[in-house]
Amino acid sequence: MSGFGGFVLRRGIGTVITLLAISVIVYVVFFVTPGNVAQITCGPRCSPEQVHQVAQQLRLDDPLYLRYWHFLQGILVGQDYSTGTSVEHCSAPCLGLSYQGDQQVTQLILAKLPVSLSLVFGAMVLWLILGVGTGVLSAWRRGRFTERLLTGITLAGVATPVFVIGLVLMIVVCGQLQLLPFPQYVGLTDDPEQWAWNLLLPWLSLALIEAAAFARLTRASMLETLAEDHIRAFRAYGVGERSIIGRHALRGAFAPIIALNANNVGSAVGGAVLTETLFGLPGIGQELVHAVNVVDLPVVVGMVLVIGFFVVIANAVADVLYAVADRRVVLA
Amino acid sequence: MSEALVASQAAGTDISVPAGSGARQFWRRLRAQRAALVAAVVVALLVLVALAAPLLTAIEGQDPFTYHPSLIDSARGGVPTGSFGGITGGHWLGVEPQTGRDLFARLAYGARVSLGVALGATVVQVTIGVVIGVAAALGSRWVDQLLSRITDIIVAMPLMIMSLALLAIVPSSFPRPLLVALVIGLIAWGNIAKIVRAQTLTLKELDYVSAARLSGWGTWRIARRELLPGLAAPVITYAALLVPINISTEAALSFLGVGVKPPTPSWGQMLTAADVWYQAAPQYLLLPAGALFVTVLALTVLGDGIRTALDPRAASRLRIGTGRKREAKADASGKKVAVDASGKNFAADADSGRSTLDPSIKTIKSADANGVKDANGEKDANGEKEDPA
Repeated sequence: MSGFGGFVLRRGIGTVITLLAISVIVYVVFFVTPGNVAQITCGPRCSPEQVHQVAQQLRLDDPLYLRYWHFLQGILVGQDYSTGTSVEHCSAPCLGLSYQGDQQVTQLILAKLPVSLSLVFGAMVLWLILGVGTGVLSAWRRGRFTERLLTGITLAGVATPVFVIGLVLMIVVCGQLQLLPFPQYVGLTDDPEQWAWNLLLPWLSLALIEAAAFARLTRASMLETLAEDHIRAFRAYGVGERSIIGRHALRGAFAPIIALNANNVGSAVGGAVLTETLFGLPGIGQELVHAVNVVDLPVVVGMVLVIGFFVVIANAVADVLYAVADRRVVLA
Repeated sequence: MSEALVASQAAGTDISVPAGSGARQFWRRLRAQRAALVAAVVVALLVLVALAAPLLTAIEGQDPFTYHPSLIDSARGGVPTGSFGGITGGHWLGVEPQTGRDLFARLAYGARVSLGVALGATVVQVTIGVVIGVAAALGSRWVDQLLSRITDIIVAMPLMIMSLALLAIVPSSFPRPLLVALVIGLIAWGNIAKIVRAQTLTLKELDYVSAARLSGWGTWRIARRELLPGLAAPVITYAALLVPINISTEAALSFLGVGVKPPTPSWGQMLTAADVWYQAAPQYLLLPAGALFVTVLALTVLGDGIRTALDPRAASRLRIGTGRKREAKADASGKKVAVDASGKNFAADADSGRSTLDPSIKTIKSADANGVKDANGEKDANGEKEDPA
């Protein structure tokens, strides 16, 4: 067990280093861009005084390492900003101020986070159920018509960009058939039923694409396990096909599924950006696209860091789960 | 095999390296898969349309940029006049709502952008990935540690988010399609570097590499002459799977309005405005969506085919998949276990027999299987297991 504890510790330290490295890269890339950062940040219509104020707020006169240190300090212990006349305190995870409306980036992200989390987690439940279910079914029905049909469908799913399937779903379900109204986000705590109904289509669009990848992986892992000797031994003992598929072969697919799920958090977040933009859900993704279009650098940097944080943490958690599922990893 | 030797001799190449045999075997294996063959034809057609876009639009007599206000019914909010979205002899696929630009021309030129950006990004990814991967595997412990950590960080970065953000800060004077290709290429090389590193670590322990080292060859020469050929199979396999992903990414970025900017046509960008018009001009939505779907599907199937053709284990796995009917029949007659066991034994014998004959096949197979798993996303744990440190 000490080996396992050591593994978790090593992985934890690695995660912290990765997070720091990401923050350095993101900071350097975005605040050492070619051109006048203050002007880009402020926008083309800014007066020289405003540009000067932005330059001061970004501490553009300081050397780079000092600027990064202040940024990091802001994240860890908070920071004070002078907004001309008054001093505004920006508490602990402070990611700076937005340049539209001087809003704190942290507050902005916190306000948008529930929408994105609702979208991604709801979709994750769906894609795990759909994907693994489809994979198990096609491994069970291998060589029959069902398997070919499912393989074809999942291949089409893998090949469809998320915004295409979302667009088609929205037009067919909301526009043509009018089964559902066009999605409009309702908070989970406000009205859980409306929350689920309105998120149904976004969940489906995001989940169908991801589920296809899981179905392919589950099927492939299960077929690989089914070809192994111990399964043959179970068969020889007279274990039924249902038990072999449902208990023994599925077990072999667990570790790859966990790994893929972590790896897909990143792509799912990208998919969430598209889904939010397409359905007009006021989440982090939509805000990020907006910030990119108006070049609001503090918001862009803050969002990238927060999203990167979630992805890295998800990867680390998955690695630990993977080690629980397959202890050989710990020994490496 | 002897045929290949003769062929390579005739071509004047070194006899000790029968280069033709691998390529020939690859073609034979690829041709044997009907789906991959169809996909290859579709991809070839798409490339042809992209290359010949100026010619095709000249035959049509249109270009992708000219507005045709006369073909637009402004009284009805800008929908194309005429039936089926304005399809006529002069406009093969109709015109765009509101602007009246020719849809076929925009679609054909969009193919250039789509394929060009995806291929460019893939070239960047493969170049960086191979260089970093080989350097990590051949370098000292510290070089390996440093490069592997950097690769881990790159893998952890969400592609869409990073490219979205990067595209925001580059001045708009930079040519946009080139920029999108560069950004995608610079962010998403992590997995290929991991595969190349793992494969190089396996290859460098093989006898022929040791022989080269003992005869005094430098690291660079060994990497180029002895290692790169062994890396070809996994790299080609993964690159083929990267192209459709890159196409989707470009389309997604352009859909969000940060990728390829108007007036340059791009399939993703065409879809941005399409949902408003789906009733009046359905092909405005269906054409770019269909083009994207067909392209990504064909490239994915072709990538799968290439993987199967390069990985002997994948081929045998396919046989396991389709050989079940026989087994099911045997099941009904109560002879299942016998048939199953004998079949498996035969397969195992064939497998081990081959691997004892040629040890290099075995190692390449296992490394390739790793690469394939990597492509499916089983990344970190695999990399960790491969780590000799």
